[in-house]
Amino acid sequence: MREISTDKIIKTVAELCMSANFELGDDVKAALKAAYEKETSPVGRGILEQITENAEIARAESVPMCQDTGYAVLFVEIGQDVKITGGNLREAINEGVRRGYKDGYLRKSILGDPLKRVNTKDNTPALIHFDIVDGDKLKIIIAPKGGGAENMSEVRMLKPSDGAEGVKNFVVERVRKSGGNPCPPVVVGVGIGGTFEGSAILAKKALLRQLGSHHPDPFYAAMEDELLERINKIGSGPQGLGGNTTALGVLIETGPCHIASLPAAVNMQCHAARHKSAVL
Amino acid sequence: MSKEKKHIRTPLTREQARELKAGDNVLITGTMYTARDAAHKKMVEALDRGEKLPFDPAGQVIYYVGPSPTKPGKAIGSAGPTTSYRMDAYAPRMIEAGSCGMLGKGEMGKGVVEAMKKHGAVYFATVGGAAALIARSIKKAEVIAYEDLGAEAVRKMEVENFPAIVAQDAHGGNLYVEGTKKYSKE
Repeated sequence: MREISTDKIIKTVAELCMSANFELGDDVKAALKAAYEKETSPVGRGILEQITENAEIARAESVPMCQDTGYAVLFVEIGQDVKITGGNLREAINEGVRRGYKDGYLRKSILGDPLKRVNTKDNTPALIHFDIVDGDKLKIIIAPKGGGAENMSEVRMLKPSDGAEGVKNFVVERVRKSGGNPCPPVVVGVGIGGTFEGSAILAKKALLRQLGSHHPDPFYAAMEDELLERINKIGSGPQGLGGNTTALGVLIETGPCHIASLPAAVNMQCHAARHKSAVL
Repeated sequence: MSKEKKHIRTPLTREQARELKAGDNVLITGTMYTARDAAHKKMVEALDRGEKLPFDPAGQVIYYVGPSPTKPGKAIGSAGPTTSYRMDAYAPRMIEAGSCGMLGKGEMGKGVVEAMKKHGAVYFATVGGAAALIARSIKKAEVIAYEDLGAEAVRKMEVENFPAIVAQDAHGGNLYVEGTKKYSKE
């Protein structure tokens, strides 16, 4: 067994919380630049310019690119030959989030209860998806998720007879109905298959991929390209104020499903498409 | 759509609010008050009880924002807009009470537009997710009410050349609808 201390985990999670919020990924910056070249709306071009300048300021000054520094969503892959020492893994991750959000001057947006609505004041608890994998490493991915785009997301239990067209129409209509609310240009995470909750997790996992990457199956890779083209014909554009750049990318993840079901999920992601990872 | 940026000063008068048209690019200088979901709920409850609001809303623009914490030496943390439709339930009451403008992101609903037309108010959009850039035009910010709400507390802000676009105006003009129609290729 390889030992990994909770102290190291706390420090790593805290650093990831900050860097994810300060540094926009190179893939997103490249996609914004490419979109700017193609955007024909003057308002849209102005908005894309501001987004790019904003990312530069955030990185240079170590300040969050968006004031909504999100729900701390983590995907943690634990090698089965890893032994955690010094305490509880979940508690260590939460302590890392607590420290990262405090030391990074990040906003605390988490309420302890959905209807009583009292802020926990330290952005915990994090939402953690654990997975057990082979090996003796611990992989931690953080994807801070803002509320505005998350609110525009949806799970739909389609009928098997709806098929690929049904899924595509659902995705395009979901983006259309979202308008300017999710801070377009968006990244559209799509989960197809699984169960009710499984499709949502697939959609969320899709958002962890690099922009420009494709589903390994050419059938779904072509669907990603087709959906992006259809979405960018809607015309709602940057911030919903008109233009050709409604989405920077569509990322699909798929999974097995029940003979009676065709679950599909759309997880909307704003242009502040934040995710960082570390391997211990 | 005019490409020239209009300089406007806040607070506004009802007449000034009516003069602004969807698509106008503006730079706002003056006072703004911040409020989002929780603060609006408290303010509308105060109005229901016949009480005064924590600030005089006459002519004021209300910015839908919950900033990130202020780093030492800065006026404010990152401070971009939150999604405005969540304030659809409250904005008509605030307009009726005297407010002349809202600032946020995303389209506002029919009830808000009716109140904008009736009383004279305007809805500005600023770029969601451009929070570090926007913060540069906020020169002062102080919490004036509901401190217990943290990021959602009501703040009085002094802004200079704050970049925004008139998204919906007091005459029914709506850049979300018109802009999308113009660039649709469906």
